[in-house]
Amino acid sequence: MEMWMKIMYAVLLGMMVLFLWPRAKHMIANTPKATGSDWKAVLIPLLGVVLFVMLLISMV
Amino acid sequence: MYQNERVISHSSESALATNKVLRNTYALLSVTLLFSAVMAGVSMAMNMGFMANLVAFGGSIVLLWFVLPRTANSAAGIAVVFGITGLLGFGLGPILNTYLAMSNGGQVIMTALGGTGVIFLALSAYALTTKRDFSFLGGMLMVGFIVVLLAAVANIFMNIPALSLTISAVVILLMSGFILFDTSRIINGGETNYILATVSLYLSIYNIFVHLLHLLGALGGDD
Repeated sequence: MEMWMKIMYAVLLGMMVLFLWPRAKHMIANTPKATGSDWKAVLIPLLGVVLFVMLLISMV
Repeated sequence: MYQNERVISHSSESALATNKVLRNTYALLSVTLLFSAVMAGVSMAMNMGFMANLVAFGGSIVLLWFVLPRTANSAAGIAVVFGITGLLGFGLGPILNTYLAMSNGGQVIMTALGGTGVIFLALSAYALTTKRDFSFLGGMLMVGFIVVLLAAVANIFMNIPALSLTISAVVILLMSGFILFDTSRIINGGETNYILATVSLYLSIYNIFVHLLHLLGALGGDD
């Protein structure tokens, strides 16, 4: 990829960071606290995703 | 007695509204995914270069950040959603053509497509059946996404393959989290605008597909 294209991609991604930053700050301030069972309820399906992706990699 | 009836009536109205948002979201999502695939096909047939990817990416960001927030509550919002998904689909064309040039490219693309579908359906079904509130994930997912974006910017210039693969793996996990988060917001009434809900879910699916494609292309056996 040419350097100017790299710079353009970097500018676009940088713009995304700038736009997302205020929203991220708001979400961090207003996110409710999670309990142990809440985290378990997230980690189980995410572990399933990890295992599934590993299965897909072994298939191709 | 009258108060109980009002509570029951209010909760059934709220459930109906939630079902309506959910139904409209999935209907619009399926049509936009199809439209995106058609646009990717057009871009592939036209043999577009990576410049098309850059322009489509930039155009979709402009629509996403500047136009969608102003139109999300009107019918024009639907046209904007088609604009975003069409541009992102069109931008996929050069990437898909690059993979098709690999000996097992067709298999990699179809596996990534099927894998993305399975991940989305499984996570949506999980969020819908458990009806859990995943709103506590919001802050963590946003911070994770910003960190990944910064790492991606750095890797554009550093070009480290291991970092690139790590970014893809983390993006798949983050987008899986976003699917749980967005679906639970619809179910629990946190998101009542089906246009915004569709765009959020579409972006998660799009990112999972692109990064799964990257992982399968790099780690799968290329003979």
